[in-house]
Amino acid sequence: MIPELGHFALAVAIAAAQAVLPIIGARAGDARLMAAAPALALGQLIAMVTSFGCLIWSSVVNDFSVRDVAMNSSSAEPLFYRITGVWGNHDGSILLWCLVLAICGGAVALFGRNLPSALRARVIGVLGIVSAGFLLFTLTASNPFLRMWPPPIQGAAINPLLQDPGLAIHPPILYTGYVGFSIPFAFAVAALLEGRVDPMWGRWVRPWTLAAWCFLTCGIALGSWWAYYELGWGGYWFWDPVENASLLPWLTGTALLHCAIVVEKRDTLKTWTVLLAIATFSLSLCGTFMVRSGILNSVHSFAVDPTQGIFILTLLAITIGGSLALFAWRAPALGATGVFAPLSREGAIVLNNVLLCSLCAVVFTGTAYPLLAAVFHEQLSVGAPYFHLTVVPLLVPLFAAMSVGPVLAWKRADLLPALLRLWWAAAIAALVWIGVQLGTRDAFAAAGFGAAAWLILGAFAELIERIRLFRIPLAGSWARLSAQPLRVWGAAIAHAGMGVTVAGIAGMSLALSTIVAMHPGQTIGFGGYQWTLLAVRDAPGPNYTAHIADLRIARAGQTVAVVHPSLKTFTQQHQTVTDTSIQTDLWRDLYIAVGGEQNGATVLRLHVNPLAAFVWLGALVMAFGGLLSLIDRRLRVGAPARRGARRRALGVPA
Amino acid sequence: MDALARRRLLMLAPLGVAAAGSAVFWELLVRMRAGTYDPHLLKSMLIGRPLPSFALPGQAPSAGFATADVTAGKLPALVNFFASWCVPCVEESGTLMSLQKQGVTIWGIAYKDTVDAAAGFLMRYGDPYHRVARDADGRTAINFGLYGVPETYVVDRQGIVRLRYAGGITQAAAEATILPLLRRLA
Amino acid sequence: MRRLSRAAGAALALASLLALAAPARALDSPSEMLPNPAQERRAEEIGMQLRCVVCQNESIEQSDATLARQFRGIIRRRVVAGWSDRRIIAWMVRRYGTFILLRPPFDPMTWLLWGAPAIALAVGGAAVMLARRRGVAPPDPLSAAEQRKLADLLK
Repeated sequence: MIPELGHFALAVAIAAAQAVLPIIGARAGDARLMAAAPALALGQLIAMVTSFGCLIWSSVVNDFSVRDVAMNSSSAEPLFYRITGVWGNHDGSILLWCLVLAICGGAVALFGRNLPSALRARVIGVLGIVSAGFLLFTLTASNPFLRMWPPPIQGAAINPLLQDPGLAIHPPILYTGYVGFSIPFAFAVAALLEGRVDPMWGRWVRPWTLAAWCFLTCGIALGSWWAYYELGWGGYWFWDPVENASLLPWLTGTALLHCAIVVEKRDTLKTWTVLLAIATFSLSLCGTFMVRSGILNSVHSFAVDPTQGIFILTLLAITIGGSLALFAWRAPALGATGVFAPLSREGAIVLNNVLLCSLCAVVFTGTAYPLLAAVFHEQLSVGAPYFHLTVVPLLVPLFAAMSVGPVLAWKRADLLPALLRLWWAAAIAALVWIGVQLGTRDAFAAAGFGAAAWLILGAFAELIERIRLFRIPLAGSWARLSAQPLRVWGAAIAHAGMGVTVAGIAGMSLALSTIVAMHPGQTIGFGGYQWTLLAVRDAPGPNYTAHIADLRIARAGQTVAVVHPSLKTFTQQHQTVTDTSIQTDLWRDLYIAVGGEQNGATVLRLHVNPLAAFVWLGALVMAFGGLLSLIDRRLRVGAPARRGARRRALGVPA
Repeated sequence: MDALARRRLLMLAPLGVAAAGSAVFWELLVRMRAGTYDPHLLKSMLIGRPLPSFALPGQAPSAGFATADVTAGKLPALVNFFASWCVPCVEESGTLMSLQKQGVTIWGIAYKDTVDAAAGFLMRYGDPYHRVARDADGRTAINFGLYGVPETYVVDRQGIVRLRYAGGITQAAAEATILPLLRRLA
Repeated sequence: MRRLSRAAGAALALASLLALAAPARALDSPSEMLPNPAQERRAEEIGMQLRCVVCQNESIEQSDATLARQFRGIIRRRVVAGWSDRRIIAWMVRRYGTFILLRPPFDPMTWLLWGAPAIALAVGGAAVMLARRRGVAPPDPLSAAEQRKLADLLK
């Protein structure tokens, strides 16, 4: 173990250096110390990549003398899961967290070459502080490289519910989102240390915020999708504490995103932006804490070690407390120079902030309330019904404003003309609402579809306004359209993506399900389809036995699909997991899960889920919108100049 | 208060919220370490209330018993739910035997078990019970608010429930929690 | 036919620490469902409001635990017997406490919880109001020398 300890100590040392030296350098104006920052960040990155690679290697070669591998892996597992299972347990996932932190530092080092060196030094320094804290925690309390002797002959194997491709992508993407917000956080703290926030700062912060936000959006959507197809119940969001913990930074991160626009464009809302940047990463850290400390009653909780929890809490206190104290001390001095009327695009963004932060506060209250009650020796629980009753009323003004905000003018706007520009979106949305209400008699679905129509159509209102559609000749509109910057498209598409998700949620509220017991050869009619159980058979897998039901689904005589849902019994872990079959044509999902046997018949749960795919497609569309905004060259001040331009520039005499 | 001072105070608010939050978390972590807080444990609704009324048939080799039998003795006692298919019950049997040897009266209820399996369990791991009854369908257990086995209820001389211990009682837990309580109630 | 309410979902079913043998991912069977669809729906709605005490992050309707199955049976029998929703839930709460209510009760202990949206909006709005700059401070009046300079420039 000594060699591994030494290796880790090296990583911590580099992080410590990265934490301290550049900040001192920036304060003292010492160019050499400041220039050391990128090198240190890259050094830490190399060290962490090596370290993570070593853990993966230990798992792949089944080195059961490493305790983490012995407790969470097994040689009977396919190679893919020996690799991806590394981050399916507590210690490995903390190491992944540290790796992503190091990647963030390295990213700023590599792509932030055009930042002023003092700012870059401070940003990398702050990232170094956070890294040092987490590395120290990993080294002392959560070391995945601890050995056990004698090594067992066979590892304990991964939890069968995690033996799934979803495991490969969900944690890394989610963690990149969580940890990615450390960069805006570092920028905010750097600005506070420097004592000023100017519009250029906003321009630099925005791409990093966008990138982290895109990853977090995808990460949350992936988690929800994974739960949908893995757990066999057709549900996709359970307001479980850990799910809520991922939603909290997303809500403030979205507010941050919008503020960053205003800071850049209007030189105002600086305090909001700095506070939101600190809050978003703080909520990411909080989420980590709540999951790993065991104080919450959640299925996702990893460790139940209070000592680890105390360590993480201390880490949080220093990071969050320190940055908020710095905020309290320095923020009043951040001059806000821009002035705007309450009714203006800036005003709409402030409203957006208040609503999103209120949503965040509500979700946080619901999640943490059982803890508060526990302090007073009461026991109560907060489940989905609470969140539905409290979140939906806040979403109403948010959705209403989402389409109106982008068509308001900066600084001072008139409301009535803006609303009139959206009359067609409102009219169509109202028609949709009434139509769905008459068709399904479901108030929630009707309101949901109405809101979705409003969001999707209203999303393009700004674009339509910019190209003066139907107010100038069509050729002129077309010319303007191709000249629109990518970020306008990005904003429209992202807002529309939200509408798509809302449509998916509304559709899923109309889902139908039933449980039946069928014999082979039997056909059942349900939801407009004919379901025939063809056969039931057993088949072996690498580390499990599968009990498979072959089903044919038909509609009006035509076969739609033949599916093979199964029950997998994992020999080593003595656990049975259901493997659902989902047949989707994007407009509806046909979802089948196998149960046990009952009197010789096979129990099956059948679902018809309208618009299920839209829930996650909407999130992908949102992330795509964010990506479009991200690659808009005009926004990337300090983007590396195209090679030709640089050569030409160099050629000009001084 | 002038505008700048008011702003400063406002800026302190987030820090205040964070501090309050961490105080709550800290308190819970400390209690977890001391063992007084576990988010998965349910508080029993019976604490401070009399035993629910029941009359259960016997489980071989014993005759059954009812609530009145437990309270008739005017002695503090334990009511223990167990099952032959329950692994922690096996681990707990040693502690229960030692408690019985120290003079504690333990009433046993076999939860959702067949007569033969429960009898076999008692023969194999020892029978510390004053009497054993059968709750085959688990309805009596639901009236107790049972949510797993094993569970042990400490009853005082008046038949009021004083403690619910969920999970297998370890020797250490018996000495730290059960025995002192029984002594206080004696 | 069962109609999923919008809150339908399930969390992972981890083994209970008290070894109440949760059958491995077996679905409940169609024989559990009540023949009368309206009653079945009512029973489901009640079940969706109650937390399974074994797999503590699922409702009674969704959980695979045997105890959850027993609870479902208890609820259905009482629905058929004509008990009101409130009476059935009170029966459960009397035995297991308010912890099993997925929808927390509205009493002095939970005022803060239920008031959270209104309180958050109020605090947010107040913060915005308080933090709003009273416009930019007017610049100091020009000194005499500066006024002369200004007059020169304007000529």
